[in-house]
Amino acid sequence: MTPKLNRWKRFADWDERPLRLDKFAAEDPANGFSAFSSPADPKPGIGINGGRVVSLDGVLEHDYDMIDRFIARHHIDPEVAPEAMALESATIARWLVDMNVPREKLVRLAHGMTPAKLAEVVSQLNALEIAFAYSKMRARKTPGNQAHVTNGKDDPLQLAADAATAVAFGFDEIETTMRVSRNAWSNAVACAVGGAVGRWGTLFQCSSEEAEELRIAMAGFTSYAETVSVYGTEKSFTDGDDTPWSKAFLAAAYASRGVKMRCTSGAGSELLMGFHEAKSLLYLEARCLCLQRGMGVQGTQNGGIDGAPLTATIPGGVRELMAENLIAVWLDLECASGNDARSTESEIRVGAKILPYLIAGSDLICSGMGSILKYDNSFNPSLINGEELEDYMVLQRDFEADGGLTPLPESRAIELRERAVAAIAAVFEELGLSTPTEDMKTSVVYASGSDDTRSLMPRDVSFISEAIKERGITVIDAVKALANRGFREEAENLLNVVKLRLSGDYLQTSAMIRNGRIVSAVNDPNDYLGPGSGYRVSEERRLQLNDIRDVLDQKEVLRSEALHEKDEARRVRYRNLGPAANGSATDDLVIGISPAFGLKLYRTTAGHRLSEVLGAMLDAIRARGLKARVVRFRHTADTSFLGLSAARLAGSGIGIGIQAKGTAVIHQRDRQPHNNLELFSNAPITRLEHYRALGANAAAYALGEMPEPIVVPQRGEAMGSRYHARVALIYAIETGLTEAGAAPEEVDVVLTGAQ
Amino acid sequence: MTLTRADYPLAETQPGAVTGKHGKALPEITLDAVLAGEVTMEDLRITPQALQAQADVARDVGRPTLALNFERGAELVEVPQDFIMQVYELLRPGRAKSKEELLEAAATMRETYQAERIARFIEEAAETYAARGLFTFRF
Repeated sequence: MTPKLNRWKRFADWDERPLRLDKFAAEDPANGFSAFSSPADPKPGIGINGGRVVSLDGVLEHDYDMIDRFIARHHIDPEVAPEAMALESATIARWLVDMNVPREKLVRLAHGMTPAKLAEVVSQLNALEIAFAYSKMRARKTPGNQAHVTNGKDDPLQLAADAATAVAFGFDEIETTMRVSRNAWSNAVACAVGGAVGRWGTLFQCSSEEAEELRIAMAGFTSYAETVSVYGTEKSFTDGDDTPWSKAFLAAAYASRGVKMRCTSGAGSELLMGFHEAKSLLYLEARCLCLQRGMGVQGTQNGGIDGAPLTATIPGGVRELMAENLIAVWLDLECASGNDARSTESEIRVGAKILPYLIAGSDLICSGMGSILKYDNSFNPSLINGEELEDYMVLQRDFEADGGLTPLPESRAIELRERAVAAIAAVFEELGLSTPTEDMKTSVVYASGSDDTRSLMPRDVSFISEAIKERGITVIDAVKALANRGFREEAENLLNVVKLRLSGDYLQTSAMIRNGRIVSAVNDPNDYLGPGSGYRVSEERRLQLNDIRDVLDQKEVLRSEALHEKDEARRVRYRNLGPAANGSATDDLVIGISPAFGLKLYRTTAGHRLSEVLGAMLDAIRARGLKARVVRFRHTADTSFLGLSAARLAGSGIGIGIQAKGTAVIHQRDRQPHNNLELFSNAPITRLEHYRALGANAAAYALGEMPEPIVVPQRGEAMGSRYHARVALIYAIETGLTEAGAAPEEVDVVLTGAQ
Repeated sequence: MTLTRADYPLAETQPGAVTGKHGKALPEITLDAVLAGEVTMEDLRITPQALQAQADVARDVGRPTLALNFERGAELVEVPQDFIMQVYELLRPGRAKSKEELLEAAATMRETYQAERIARFIEEAAETYAARGLFTFRF
């Protein structure tokens, strides 16, 4: 007897899903766990007296904390504020999703809005409206993307190779960090050199301690910085060891060195640090973003960032991440829209999270997509990593949406990796830093991740890194070393990136380099005003997005079939005996084969040779003492009609119909075409023994028995996605051979027994 | 002359006018010049003029706060790296033990480097830190 259990087994099934590794937090505003609104959030409000902001969201000037002070003095435009704050939040929310209301009008109003007002407006939008508003409000028209390039060993050879491939995939920015902080200089040189292989213009950052990062930038190896974190409460700001003024000073310092910079802020950071003041995540982020605009930074890395996994545990948290990004672009900031920290183990949640960004576009869709494998990601795994890069590229193709990446042929990837490894090895040798062996280099070129390499280890790297720092090696030394060792193109590319900083062009909002040209919100502003406007995938770009691996077409199917033609010719001979006759004997059974069966197509979708399939069925029928004839039909390629036509020719009234792809049916004379006896539609998972059983059952029906129908077991495979493209192409080959009214042909099948 | 968005990007519209600290223009900074030892890191440093030009462009496209940052940056171009890092350190919480330390840094910025905006910015920080009790010892 079946025992009674204490649970529904489905829950046990669900327990095994990756989703159950995710944790979910209850809404609890008092403890900071609220996404959109908390009782502690202030109501929007502003007081202006003589051009001065004297109260802000219910706080009087005298009681301002340092964040209020900074926002009041540097963000709020007192001329716009009275107008902007007087508008109904619902009205502004509608304007955000009204394609007829231009972006500039909304940006101007944002300059006069307090954090509570901005939060109140975007709170009114649902997820779809936020995504739409985001696509309308983002600053630069053309979308881009950013990659993480790191590895578990801080191995410079691998960094160079991975930087080169990331550049080739089309990332506009690459960012590295290290496992061992003193390896920063080596990582910076390796990525700078690797990033110069193939083309030039990818901006590069080495994320490290702020003062060190600025020094590395001064030496010319890096071109941007984004570790300038700001926070939404005074306590978390000081706990983060900074103030709005220290960060704003740093922003000016980066500008003075010609280095592009953006701030970082994201939901959850104050909560993680324990200083959330019971405010909602969105309100705290609105404060951060107003601060950033006030500081005069061109952009922000915003959307949870390190706090995204925590934010995703809270109800509405993922919608909140979208909402804070919307505030960022509404404030006219460049937005590297998060999607970096992996906020879930569920692939469905990963796909769901990335989709709005992919469709809406973003300055940098991920503020760090892992171009390397998860375990090599020293920032912690990204939402999407090297493992899933192709999934992302297929999403681009599916939605005809430009996510900033371009498929890369494998041969080109190897070529670039070889070149990058050779280039960094040459620089190291030329500068007397290290002499990598051929084995090290080769192991890196072909490695997917650092587990596969026999290369430099963190301790070796520390010596290299400290030497670079102590000897004051600059990008000029690297450029010279490259050129002296024959890497002239790479030397030019590297020099070009450093030269960019002279004009300051890439300091403007949302600046990136495409094909050697500066593209920013100044010369490529988002001009979305409804269908047909804003960014559209050009025909040329569409073809690039489509160029993923392993794409089938009819030529490819025929080519792979032709590989089997010769072998099948040794195993089986089909001899046409002329028009097929009606059988009259009750032991006469007909197998009806399709037009291309054995003539142009030689294997089922499961990969079985047609000769074997036919042999299995014939054997099984003969084993029951019946006679089997093979008849080729050319008036149809449809399984049901093949089966029914076969049954009509058979003396027993029982026929089998089979297509070259392996789909088969047992049919009986006088039945409706689709009302067959048994159907074997799951050809890709049908095994030879099923075909044998099919023959046996057909024989049983001919003998008047009632056999147990054959079940081809399936386990929920996405058969359509795996096989339909191929099936449709194969079927077109079959139907291409049909001819209306063509008479059935008796075929003599000789199986030679050859293997 | 005040620049507008039409002048952007400067490196493309007027490469000859974009120069490094020693006056070497973009077209002169070639790989051969680097190999001949004619280019130093100083030739690859942005100038206050370029930052002012970018501030003009930013203002023209409606980004006044970004323009102000470029102007503060322009003032810092000539300030030595070490002093910049010293002042940054001083602006972090609890580093300065009194308002006076910050005011002194502001005075140096103003008098030694003619960095008026930066000086005012530091003074504003000093005033805020005093009001918010940030001149406290941190362990």
